[in-house]
Amino acid sequence: MDLNRSAHDRGGWPTEELIDRTEHELDDWELRTDALMGALVARGVINLDEMRRAIESMPSPEYEEASYYERWLFAIETLVVEKGLVTQNDLSARLAL
Amino acid sequence: MRYLPGQEVRVADRFHAGHHRTPGYLKGKVGEIQRVHNSFPNPETRAYGGDGLPVQALYQVAFAQNDVWEAYSGRQGDRLCVDIFEHWLEAVE
Amino acid sequence: MTDNEHSHPHGHDHQFPHVPITDEGAAAGRRVRLLEDLLVEHGLVSRDEVRQGIDWLVSRSPADGARLVARAWVDPEFKQRLLADAREAALELGLDPGPSPVVVAVENTEDVHHMVVCTLCSCYPKALLGPPPEWYKSLPYRSRAVSDPRGVLAEFGLDLPDVELRVLDSTADIRYLVIPRRPEGTEGWNEEKLASLVTRDSMIGVANAAAPSASASSARS
Repeated sequence: MDLNRSAHDRGGWPTEELIDRTEHELDDWELRTDALMGALVARGVINLDEMRRAIESMPSPEYEEASYYERWLFAIETLVVEKGLVTQNDLSARLAL
Repeated sequence: MRYLPGQEVRVADRFHAGHHRTPGYLKGKVGEIQRVHNSFPNPETRAYGGDGLPVQALYQVAFAQNDVWEAYSGRQGDRLCVDIFEHWLEAVE
Repeated sequence: MTDNEHSHPHGHDHQFPHVPITDEGAAAGRRVRLLEDLLVEHGLVSRDEVRQGIDWLVSRSPADGARLVARAWVDPEFKQRLLADAREAALELGLDPGPSPVVVAVENTEDVHHMVVCTLCSCYPKALLGPPPEWYKSLPYRSRAVSDPRGVLAEFGLDLPDVELRVLDSTADIRYLVIPRRPEGTEGWNEEKLASLVTRDSMIGVANAAAPSASASSARS
């Protein structure tokens, strides 16, 4: 097992963790995040492969700690700054980071 | 299409810096072409703003679970089918 | 980080919203709304597009996938078309197959049981099944569905008979849908009734289709 693998490359990752099967309806913010990503993709602002790559670029501990849609928010924020569509300053100020 | 259904292929065991869709657990493993899919834009270049062209042939490759995992505890005939791009496959002589 | 008091070490007033730090959902909700505002202002998306996206998502459920399965159970020629090209088969029934260019249906038989995962992220046929369950996106499922699938099925309460367990890892743009086996005791059932037995989990492959209940099977329609 090559544990130099990136945290997203999860197949066969050693784990004792049981699978939590609790059902969870998507929260409003999760639906909004999903739709925001979909709208950006439909507009051609970003593509799905860029989204995945941006998610994968999260440092491993953050990747593992973040919830699923938090990773999407990270990816959208990363990409719009990377593409020069929004400045990091504007983003930070708006999100009060 | 370089490979045909039933043909034995090996997944390249190489490091790739950057986005790619070949899982680490399969690198170096030998399987059999199960299906020839359509061709698709290359995610490895699309992920960095490229158009992913030229399209790359995509295959469904079947692996015996016992070949993939040293300690596989399921049944002998269990298999794992994964979609792999042609440029990650090598013919097995 | 757990202190909700409004005291800060800074000497000046500021406008930080007072969101309880332990409420992750509220913080994330604020984050996505502010992000959407910013992106709308920059002309990168419109409010309508986001709204439409939400509407589409909430319209999705496993009912569409179940219709495909039920039709396949009663119509062998449709089943062949479904197996050949699930996207086209969905369109044939007036269903929305979603943005994925290719959807492939795989059939459980007396020899093979299929199970689907996306180890690298969470690829899933959500147009036909609705949003994926949390567990499908979880790290332990993504890890163990490929290396210990029978253990995973045991956790889900599915004890497979002596069949090949075939796990599909959706690593590319193909989306997979499992056609579960038609349950015993459903002879003569119409499609709508059959579709009611087809669960989301059976179309992922961590369960079989539901068995007819004792009362339902005595009332054929």
